[in-house]
Amino acid sequence: MLSFITRRSLLSLLILFLAVSLLFAMIHMMPGDPASVLLGPRASPELKAELSQRMGLDQPILVQLGRFYADLARGDLGVDVFSDRQVADIVFEQLPYTLALVLVSIGGAMLLGIPLGCFSAIKRNSLLDRVTAVMSVAFIAIPSFVVALYLLLWLAVNWRWFPAIGAGADGDFVDQARHLVLPAIALGLGWVGYIARLVRASMLEVMEENHIRTARAFGLSERTIIVHYALRIAILPTVTILGLGIGSMLSGALFAEIVFSRPGIGKLLHEAVMTRNYPVVMGSVLVTTAFFVLSTLVSDIVNAALDPRLRESERSS
Amino acid sequence: MAGLVIVVLVLLASIFAAQLAPHDPLEVDVYNRLQGPSWQHWLGTDQLGRDVFSRVLLGGRIALKVALVAISVSMAIGLLLGMMAGFGPAWLDRILVVCFDTVRSFPTIMFALAIVALTGPSLNTVIGVIIITSIPVYARIVRTQTQALRDQDFILAERAMGASTARILGNHILPNIAAPLLILASMDVPTVVAMEAGLSFLGLGVSPPTPSWGSILNDGYSYIRNSPWPIIAGGIPLILVTLGFTFFGESMRDILDPKLRRKGGSS
Repeated sequence: MLSFITRRSLLSLLILFLAVSLLFAMIHMMPGDPASVLLGPRASPELKAELSQRMGLDQPILVQLGRFYADLARGDLGVDVFSDRQVADIVFEQLPYTLALVLVSIGGAMLLGIPLGCFSAIKRNSLLDRVTAVMSVAFIAIPSFVVALYLLLWLAVNWRWFPAIGAGADGDFVDQARHLVLPAIALGLGWVGYIARLVRASMLEVMEENHIRTARAFGLSERTIIVHYALRIAILPTVTILGLGIGSMLSGALFAEIVFSRPGIGKLLHEAVMTRNYPVVMGSVLVTTAFFVLSTLVSDIVNAALDPRLRESERSS
Repeated sequence: MAGLVIVVLVLLASIFAAQLAPHDPLEVDVYNRLQGPSWQHWLGTDQLGRDVFSRVLLGGRIALKVALVAISVSMAIGLLLGMMAGFGPAWLDRILVVCFDTVRSFPTIMFALAIVALTGPSLNTVIGVIIITSIPVYARIVRTQTQALRDQDFILAERAMGASTARILGNHILPNIAAPLLILASMDVPTVVAMEAGLSFLGLGVSPPTPSWGSILNDGYSYIRNSPWPIIAGGIPLILVTLGFTFFGESMRDILDPKLRRKGGSS
């Protein structure tokens, strides 16, 4: 197991290194240097030269890359050229908002998805099962930003059940929770369908196993068998996909944050893209990518811990 | 069946969009801005008085064009790279897999935004980003399928008879992996359409005044307190297309892959 973790961690580090280098190279390979793009066509050459110097763009690319990694190792993501603040400070200021949204979304998706999948498996081929199957596919397929817009339109603007914008007043937990409801539904709805499908498939598989048959032979009630014997095992694949879910939601949260004008890393990136603020673009993509790679790694390790066949297959491949 | 009906209707509506559109989708009529549905404007008008129904029809053409171009190019490149990884030497496989994983390690929408920040918003950039992020998905599945087929008896027999690599890949491997690839491509349409619409919604896709479902939603979002119709109208075709192609893809999977159908039935 230890060698598996080491191997996977090294591979993740390599992937992260390549991804960051790719991003860095892209910024520097594009026609027109970032300083000129940032200042616009009418900027004087002196101004461009000064900004280039401030951004370190006047150095050879390998020197810039080396300096970038040296800074990165110290946790320095550069300086925001507009506000002169540390990019790391700005990004990590926004990250908790996105993480809160992602965790509430995935938590809610599990609370709904697991019982739905479980009931579908128990009442297989019933009306509930069929409705859940269609709804699950629909939830997965419909883009989250369309859900967000419809929720905003009906539940916030028309009926005024929930606040439309922002993250709530600081220190007021109830207000913050009310502001979280709609973005969390928009972000988590697809995962409700995904988790329901996964739990249903897993439950049906577990219900066929010998220990369930033995439990039935012992005369245990169906409820006890389902809750204590079947669901506990059937839920494992769901737990292992949580890592992946959190990783992909970090990126998906962007739309919910923009539609509901919530602070967060997605909104920060969008604003940085609109103003061509490269250090902030680079910093926020880097931090999100690192989270994405880390969550995939954790998910792989948990998977391998639960299923030794995966460790073996990785070793042999 | 429902999926097929939706897919056919959407395709027809997009192909004949110019003929079906009751108004010029770019024609501005500020006196009739933000109107609700009427006999003259079936889905109302936007903030510039343009007919939303005509814009939705033309927007469908953009969405499907992006899907067609992006999916075919990424499938072709993914097929080539996946076969190289699956059939080539182990070192090449390892290098390609690390490359696929590197591209996939970027959260897609964030990566798209970073690219758009560098190149500026345009439809070609959107298509380019979708191609780059989709190639590893196709390449991965082709690689797995090629590896599974590589050591099968009929391939070994071909090799023993001295068949060239190109002949084995083209005549024997390709027909066997075509079905899962087509299923994947069909299931990928909603993702690509949603991404194009998403980037256009963020103002990073098609340039105004070209209609796109995403830009119609963006217009609706800006005037959400004045009129709900642009948002309702821009969202419905997106929901229909994503549902239609997903159901269509699932049916295709059932038809083309009986093993999956049996598994799906029991799971």
